[in-house]
Amino acid sequence: MANSDTPLLDELEKGKWPSFVKDMKQAAQKNPMARDLIRQLELSYKDKIGHWKHGGIVGVRGYGSGVIGRYSDRPDLFPNVQAFHTMRVNHPTGWFYKTDTLRKLCDIWDKHGSGLTNMHGSTGDAILLGTTTNHLQACFDDLSSAGFDLGGSGSALRTPSACVGPARCEWACIDSLDICYDITMTYQDQIHRPMFPYKFKIKVSACANDCVSSIARSDLSIIGTWKDDIQINPQEVLTYASRINIQKEVCDLCPTRCMEWNGRDLKIYNEDCTRCMHCINLMPKALRPGKEKGATILVGGKAPIVKGALLSWVIVPFMKLEPPYDELKSLIERIQDWWDENGKSRERLGELITRLGMRVFLKAVGLQAVPQMVKAPRTNPYVFFWPEDIKKEVK
Amino acid sequence: MAKTDIGPPDYKTMLPPVIQKNYGKWLYHEILKPGVLMHISQSGEALYSIRAGSPRLVSTDHIREICDIAEKYCDGFLRFTSRHNIEFLLDDKDRIEPLIDELKNRGYPVGGTGHSISNIVHTQGWVHCHTPATDASGPVKALMDEIYDYFVTATLPAHVRIALACCLNMCGAVHCSDIAILGIHRTVPKVDNTRVPNVCEIPSTVASCPTGAIRGDMKNKSVAVNEEKCMYCGNCYTVCPAMPIADPDNDGISIWVGGKVSNARSVPMFSKLAIPFLPNNPPRWPEVVHAVKNIIEVYATHARKHERIGEWINRVGWERFFSLTGIPFTDQHIDDFDLATETFRTSTQFKWR
Repeated sequence: MANSDTPLLDELEKGKWPSFVKDMKQAAQKNPMARDLIRQLELSYKDKIGHWKHGGIVGVRGYGSGVIGRYSDRPDLFPNVQAFHTMRVNHPTGWFYKTDTLRKLCDIWDKHGSGLTNMHGSTGDAILLGTTTNHLQACFDDLSSAGFDLGGSGSALRTPSACVGPARCEWACIDSLDICYDITMTYQDQIHRPMFPYKFKIKVSACANDCVSSIARSDLSIIGTWKDDIQINPQEVLTYASRINIQKEVCDLCPTRCMEWNGRDLKIYNEDCTRCMHCINLMPKALRPGKEKGATILVGGKAPIVKGALLSWVIVPFMKLEPPYDELKSLIERIQDWWDENGKSRERLGELITRLGMRVFLKAVGLQAVPQMVKAPRTNPYVFFWPEDIKKEVK
Repeated sequence: MAKTDIGPPDYKTMLPPVIQKNYGKWLYHEILKPGVLMHISQSGEALYSIRAGSPRLVSTDHIREICDIAEKYCDGFLRFTSRHNIEFLLDDKDRIEPLIDELKNRGYPVGGTGHSISNIVHTQGWVHCHTPATDASGPVKALMDEIYDYFVTATLPAHVRIALACCLNMCGAVHCSDIAILGIHRTVPKVDNTRVPNVCEIPSTVASCPTGAIRGDMKNKSVAVNEEKCMYCGNCYTVCPAMPIADPDNDGISIWVGGKVSNARSVPMFSKLAIPFLPNNPPRWPEVVHAVKNIIEVYATHARKHERIGEWINRVGWERFFSLTGIPFTDQHIDDFDLATETFRTSTQFKWR
């Protein structure tokens, strides 16, 4: 056998977990771009450094986002990845596919690109990994004809994403898929034409388990919840009692200790419940979210760059969410207008609120302060008052 | 001219009939065994989801193979999860075992449900990113090989969510994971005075620094970096390409623990620093794999049922986390960024180990 030109990467073909190197080699058998990609990656493994140059603005007609420019810093060695741009393809909400749709995507990508993808990227998009500048428009044309569109990138609304929601989950308090799809279709312009100070992410989780990490990863987090009492099926509680230790595993782990179990009946003091989902997670057949369902809206979540990571903050404790979602969309637009007006370049919404104050933000978007917004009131005495609250000096 | 702004394919056309019929009517679910979910509707109908692992970086031929399998067993219906897994969706119980057999024969791990370690959310790394401090797919593959059994079983106290981001930009948003693997730089960006005047906007470069470490260098029409203030976030490099920060000898990986996003029991939490630096050692990053495995094993031994890593640590205390894992505590663990003082101990209540 001839000596391999990728001895380091070959090591990652071994082992039980599916190997990305096998996929790269599979693509390399028929695609010169994939062949140079794996050879360049081998060089990175040897040099312990990436070999991609910084950015480069490329795109398709009419759009400012959806394509990430990428160029090799060693085109002398790897000419087929000299230009190797990413296309972000907006995924069907909930990442549901019929195979004929996936096959179309594969055929288009074999025709225009490297044959390598990420299913999926962190924003949720299907990532088509690497093509040349002159293929971008043709690839987009074929994608569009087949019913696909690009997702967001840069200072745009990023591709919204949602948990599996009512398609499969009994805990769904809102139709996360419909909300996400509706927002995606309503704001196509904001997704495709970057117009904001920086990126803006919206993620929709249908319950507080938050399967799309909306509270940590989105500037605007929509998380399903309910207002009334947890629904109990006493018969099913008894069935669970034979399988799990309800006192120890359910009642004792309840963060508000709002449950009592006497071996026969489970009593829930709903006024103390904070709807964390633990008891429902453990006994889905016996306990269900209440009937008065809606969402908590939170803002500001982000990763560390620039001023540190933030988890989203509650700004609307409860909002009913039913089509056409006018109240939600009006709020999103008020928030984005304020951010667009006041945000500095590369300043996320959470950082802007930190800089100007939650008080100023709430007033600007027309929301009343309520105790659900804070863990505790302030501990410092540096309190601002609005000018209209202060008595004017009498002359 | 192609149509623009048509949006993604409508998800409603991608749903299998059993979901279309029972949309919003699901009553409960059970995990029949690792990787096999059964959802029962009010109508009594069942949906089975068979979850399989994926390397995330997949070829079109691999996707076609997934399609072949879905067509053979699931009438062509499948989905992907938020952790890069593949879920085969079917309503015929008799097809579950043949499907699992075929998946296993083709090398797909089946699992990732319940108290398991699901797939590692990760980023591009050296494969396709211009700012990475490490690779992504490589460390993930090496680690998943080692902790494979935790994917195909569900024997941990609670689920453990691992994520990897190859730099502080955190495309993988790892900052709220049970275990986060984060690529870091440790040296200041190298300012190329010959290029800065041509390719960078000086005021925005200066403004990009969260610690005010960058100032204008009028003489060279460039910028200068204060080495004492720079904490190597790389934000300036994103704004100004003439300030590369990658350093093969000093870039590497840090390990963070105890984050979560779910509200179940405890509120969502950030991950906290466990190990400030481990070297980049391709192709299999043995130091990283060993460190993560050690944390998982100590957690599995000591945590109570249903306790996530962060909940376990909050109960026993960070002193005990460090003594049990044997991870050395250093001055790097003590915060010195904004809000650092919130993490300093303000009581006399602590444990000796």
